[in-house]
Amino acid sequence: MNAPLVDISSVSHRFGQQTVLKNVSLQIEPGSYTILLGPSGSGKTTLLSILGGFVSPSEGKVFIRGEDCTSVPPAKRPTTTVFQDYALFPHMSVGANVGFGLRMQGVDGATRAAKAREALALVGLASAFDKKPHQLSGGQRQRVALARALVVEPAVLLLDEPLGALDLKLRRQMQDELKAIQKRVGTAFIHVTHDQEEAMALADHCVVMNDGRIEDEGPPERVYARPSTRFSATFMGESTILSGTVTEAKNGTISVATPAGAIMLPGTLQPGAKVALAVRPEHLVLVAAGGAVALGTAEVSDVVFQGSFKRVLATSTVDPALQFIAKAPASASVQTGDNVAVSCDAGDFILLTH
Amino acid sequence: MRVLVRIASWLYALAVYGFIFLPVVVLVLFSLQATSFPIPPFTGPSLRWYDAVLSDTRLTSALVNSLLVAVLSSLAAVTLGFLSAWGFARFTLPGSALLRGLITLPLTVSYLIIGMGLLVLFNWAGVPKSLLAAGIGHVVINLPLCFAIIYSQMGDHQINIERAARDLGAPEWKVLLLITVPVMAPAIFAGFFLSMTFSWDEFVISFLLTRFDTTLPVEIWNLLRSGLNPKTNAIGSLVFAVSIVLVVLFELTLLRRKPA
Repeated sequence: MNAPLVDISSVSHRFGQQTVLKNVSLQIEPGSYTILLGPSGSGKTTLLSILGGFVSPSEGKVFIRGEDCTSVPPAKRPTTTVFQDYALFPHMSVGANVGFGLRMQGVDGATRAAKAREALALVGLASAFDKKPHQLSGGQRQRVALARALVVEPAVLLLDEPLGALDLKLRRQMQDELKAIQKRVGTAFIHVTHDQEEAMALADHCVVMNDGRIEDEGPPERVYARPSTRFSATFMGESTILSGTVTEAKNGTISVATPAGAIMLPGTLQPGAKVALAVRPEHLVLVAAGGAVALGTAEVSDVVFQGSFKRVLATSTVDPALQFIAKAPASASVQTGDNVAVSCDAGDFILLTH
Repeated sequence: MRVLVRIASWLYALAVYGFIFLPVVVLVLFSLQATSFPIPPFTGPSLRWYDAVLSDTRLTSALVNSLLVAVLSSLAAVTLGFLSAWGFARFTLPGSALLRGLITLPLTVSYLIIGMGLLVLFNWAGVPKSLLAAGIGHVVINLPLCFAIIYSQMGDHQINIERAARDLGAPEWKVLLLITVPVMAPAIFAGFFLSMTFSWDEFVISFLLTRFDTTLPVEIWNLLRSGLNPKTNAIGSLVFAVSIVLVVLFELTLLRRKPA
């Protein structure tokens, strides 16, 4: 059995005139932590709602454990959801909240309570059993929601921007815990977020979405190092983008004409092909005797101190439309208004054809 | 100057509350009158008129009728009001705004018009004048009220709570019974007790739609036709007492439900 746990097959969805998902196919492996990453309006939440059964897709099918679940209602599918606003039942105790799913399955009171306690212990909230949701903090409610969804042992756990309502510190902490809990229970998690740091930290499999399509998917390391589209190069981490046209191709090397000059790099494209070259900020060098490929001079337009590094924005003096985004050491003396020579190594270019 | 303003505002408050409560105080006071006329000087206190009221089977059965009509019609109104509010809040219906307007419209129509309309309709449909007919009338006037109260409290933030219940395997009726109703309980109780109070002292519709068995306000009206007497004060005080109990119950349920 090497069938995927979840198989989303050519799903499209329309709300009225607007198409929010365009022919999306995606497979989820058992035990994996999948992140759907994208800006608002990219269709990621709709895709999650389709998986949860709250929305029926206009076209396409959803298989879970090999069964066609496309029009199975939420109550009858092996998925549970952790909602963005937690959606705890305010009139029930934490214990009753967590035990609700088991109660619906007809599990007797004693077993229910025992399992609920176990699930609460898993999320580190064993002492909250008799409390009411309004007595808990945001982070604690989040954990209760997680325990409530996990206690019924779903095939897939769906998380809709679960950390969106938490402050930054709590968010990073919950992020680590989520990952640890997922590893412990071994359930497949599918997690929607617009936070690329969250995505890189949590995902085994990262799915970058934009405008109703999957732009890129794969392990976060690969998606970051070798993004396959211009969008994922700028959304999953930042990039400087050089648009250009292939002018020459021979011996596995192409020459690309860009606003910053001709750049040679390995490739097999035909002359005339429109391409984009992306460079990650940490690969751009801002000192004169820098990398092998000179990208001209630029005037620094902004320097943002980020603690461990400085984020430098610079506008090319050759083409004002070209914006460089670079990372400089925290100790660098670069200032707004400085003229810098920008360069990088040939191997750091990411060739994008989409 | 400030002291003067304070005194003036106290006097004003006193005048306002006096204006509202003096009639009730007078009513209650003269229900305790020992002699036969509810006019000064006060000769009580005496419970002889309460005794007279409670031994008057016409009045006591009217009181029971009133309670029965109030409880049953309010139950019907609040159930229907809740279901329609839920329907409007959770489902997209064609012409939703128009339909919502229509359902609340009876709030603006006078009881007299509603009563006459029902009279004509029941007459045509062959429904005899009865407590049932009056009860249906009370559902007509109270349903829009219950709907408005419950609908206004049925926000989007509960949608996800209901979804969560469905997601955890609850069939629709359990979602309603175990989640929506308890979460909406304050609004539902508010609707119920407000309907009770309105039904309890409603006169016009009951007057038009009942004949032999009738409700307390109609019976009081019958009594008043033969002139003022302390008995009317006594029954009035009882009506007032019941209303107070309803209001207190309403407040208590609402306060108890409030999160700490």
